[in-house]
Formats: sequence, structure tokens, C-alpha cells
Amino acid sequence: MSNTFEPKILGILCNWCSYTGADLAGTARLKYPPNVMSVRVMCSGRVDPGFVLDAFRHGADGVLVCGCHPGDCHYVEGNYKVMRRIPLTHRLLEGMGIDPKRLRLEWVSASEGVKFQQVITEFTEQIRALGPIQLKEVAFAPDEHGGNGHVTDKKLAGEEV
Amino acid sequence: MPKPKLAVYWAASCGGCDIAILDIEAKILDVADFFDLVLWPCAADFKYKDVEALPDKSITLTLFNGAIRSDENLHIARMLREKSVVMVAFGSCASDGCIPGLANLYSLDEIMDYSYKSAPSMESGTKTMPQPKTQVEEGELTIPTLWNTVRTLAQCVDVDYYIPGCPPQSDQIAAVIGAVIDILKNNKPLPPKGTVLGATEKSCCDECPRERNVKKIREFHRPYEIIPDPNICLLEQGIVCCGPATRGGCGAKCVTANMACRGCYGVPPGVRDQGAKMVSAIASVVDSTDPEEIEEIMKGIADPVGTFYRFTLADSFLRRTQK
Repeated sequence: MSNTFEPKILGILCNWCSYTGADLAGTARLKYPPNVMSVRVMCSGRVDPGFVLDAFRHGADGVLVCGCHPGDCHYVEGNYKVMRRIPLTHRLLEGMGIDPKRLRLEWVSASEGVKFQQVITEFTEQIRALGPIQLKEVAFAPDEHGGNGHVTDKKLAGEEV
Repeated sequence: MPKPKLAVYWAASCGGCDIAILDIEAKILDVADFFDLVLWPCAADFKYKDVEALPDKSITLTLFNGAIRSDENLHIARMLREKSVVMVAFGSCASDGCIPGLANLYSLDEIMDYSYKSAPSMESGTKTMPQPKTQVEEGELTIPTLWNTVRTLAQCVDVDYYIPGCPPQSDQIAAVIGAVIDILKNNKPLPPKGTVLGATEKSCCDECPRERNVKKIREFHRPYEIIPDPNICLLEQGIVCCGPATRGGCGAKCVTANMACRGCYGVPPGVRDQGAKMVSAIASVVDSTDPEEIEEIMKGIADPVGTFYRFTLADSFLRRTQK
């Protein structure tokens, strides 16, 4: 076993273009790194910045959001919403001390299997170069009480002061 | 029959919540009448050791305001949790971290260094820093040290109910206290654990009296840059208003005074992270489909983290800067 860093990347793909594009990359047997774990959403406009922050909190090293090209959205303007959210999310990440390069937005159409392959390869290498995310432990405190993280004695004893 | 016991405590807070309780005016007499006060550092002189000597679960209600950022805060929070039947996170600091939670944007070293050495108001060259232990003739003096991370009450102990707000509005406090007295007097059932009291189940916008139209924002303004129309939605006028991602219950006091909602009532039901929801809300109303133009419009928001997480940073997904 080599101990090189293998990034964990969350891919959020829209149902109509990017997920189908990923499917095409698969059926065409294109090779790309296995680091991206895909989640299918009906539209990239469904991607709330909270999904991105939650992914980082749970240890994702990178988040990739893919949607239809501008103008091609199945729901007419869903992808414009995510187009406007991402720049502000980048600034939020920067303010929270997370490299904004860890979040990327790409347009991948259903016919762009090759582009999907390229994006995945490129982004995986970019995250590999950035290294593991290394969050402060506090961000991992479990949610035991209705969404409010309850810090156990062990957690409190292990850090701070 | 002995009176039910009431404790009010402040941890990392400004004291505004205590004042808000006193602001319920004549109703405070009902409180004094119905409850036996056992601890309220801001208003009366009780000793910790007397509270510590009480049996477990002997305090009926504890209103705990303030965030947790030192061993002393944690110690008292745990002690009051053991002694109390009902523990209420009272106010934004205890519920969400509030303004003290913004300390999570820096490390403790940076904060101490700025406060005691490099702040412009400090005498230059000063090296006086607070020490956890000091030897004096009479013996050793100790003070609690601050933590690197400010926490909410619920991150440290089990919390039964939340009353949000910075501070909670006095009419809401009066209503909650009235309801508590009613429950205790008439043996009524308590609301489900985790309920947010003294607030609505909708967003601040629901209470806002301003006129709302289709929002299409081409440019953001900071409050000092324009004189906003007093009757139209502030967000529509390009002023960042946290109303869409903030729980209602305050009666939309700030927006009524021509000031954008700052978000002190915390997240509305169903939302976990106020900042992320604000990003979502802002992005939905920007009127552009050109990436470069969007970037330019977003630059009008000077400080996204400080604006969107002003009151909830310590309870957000990331909780602190990860630098």
C-alpha cells in the first residue's frame, strides 16, 4: 500500500445533462480517477450552498458541482441560480479559511463524456495537490440533539484551553 | 407548597438578555411572586456554593444566556444542567453563538495579541497579558482561560428549549414566562423538547410590513451609501437584509426602523446554516446571467461571512475558521 493522498471528492450532478454525461463516459469506457462520489440531483439549481459546507464538514476534500450549459437547463434557469451561488460560496469558504479552489462548478452536457473525464481528472489532481482538508476537530462534533452538535466530555478534554 | 425555583445565568454575553428580562416591566413582579430566585448574577447577589449545595433537579427553570468559551462557563453550565429540570438556551449567544461567536474567525492567540498588544488604543510596547495564575502575598490567584473556539450551550450540555434573539424581545419573554407559569400552575404538559419558544415558525419577512415586488438586483449598497425608501423591501433596494434566512418573532423591528435585518433570531425552521441560506437567497435575486457581471455584483457585499453569520457562526456547519 502506498500512502499517497487519495482525495475524497463529492460530485453533485444534475439529472438531465451531467449525470447522463457521466453515464456516457462510463459506457464509452473512458478512464478517470475513482475519487469522485456522485450524487444525482434533479437540477444544479437544487444545490444549496449548505450541501457544500456540510460536505466539507464531513471531510470531503473537494466538491464538484456539474450542471447543464447556460441556456440548456431542463428547467430553463436553474443553472443560472447555481451560477450565481458559487461565486458567493467561494467567498464564504475563503472567509472560513477553506481554499475556494476546493469547490468547482462545471457545465457538462449529456454528450460530453470526454469533458466529464477531463474535468474529473483535472479536479482530482488539483485537490491532490491542495492536500487533505484538515478541518479543526470542532467541526466534526456529532449532531445528537436535533441538529445541534453536542460536544462530549472526551471531545472537550482532547482540545482547547 | 414551596415555590418553584428559577435561575438566570450569563456566560459569554453582554448582559443585554438580563436587561431584556427586566424589561418585561410589571410582569417581573409575577416572576418574583411565583418563583423563588436562586441565582441571577446580573440582578442579585447569590453565591455559587449555595446553588451547588442544592439537590439535583431542584431548580425548575434555568434561563441560560451567553455562549460557552471558558472552563468557568462550562462548569456553571454543567452545574445548572444537573440542578435544573428545564434548561433554556436564552438569547442568541446561548442558542447560536451570536457576536461572541465571531471570535471563531480568529485564533485565540490572534485575539489576545490584538486586544492586549497591537490594538491602536494600546500603549505601544506594552507586554501586560492576563495570566491564568498570579502569585500574590496572600496566595495564588487564578482566572479562567478562554477557549480557542466559542461554543453554543447545546454543544456543551443538553438543552431543552431555545429562546432566540439578541436580545429576545421583552413581549416574547413575557409571553413565555406567562406560559411557563400557566403550565406549572395548572399542571399542563410541556412543549416537545427542542422547541424554539418566543418566536414564530416563519421567517422575518413574514412579519415585515414593507411592500414586496419581484426582486432584480443589479447592485448592492451598504446602508450608509443610500437613503432607502421606507416602504419597499430593503433587499429589493440592494441592501443586504438577512430577513429571508432569519426566524421571525421580533416583529420586524429593525426593518421597521429602516435598518436591514441582521439575523439575530437565528435560522428559521428547516434551515441548518444561516450563511448558506443567505447565499442562496441573495443568489436568487441577482439579475444577471453573465459570470463576470455576477462576480462584479457580488463584490458589492463587503463581508459575506460577517454579514450572513453575524449571529450564528458558532452554530454553523463549519463553526470556526479552518485556517
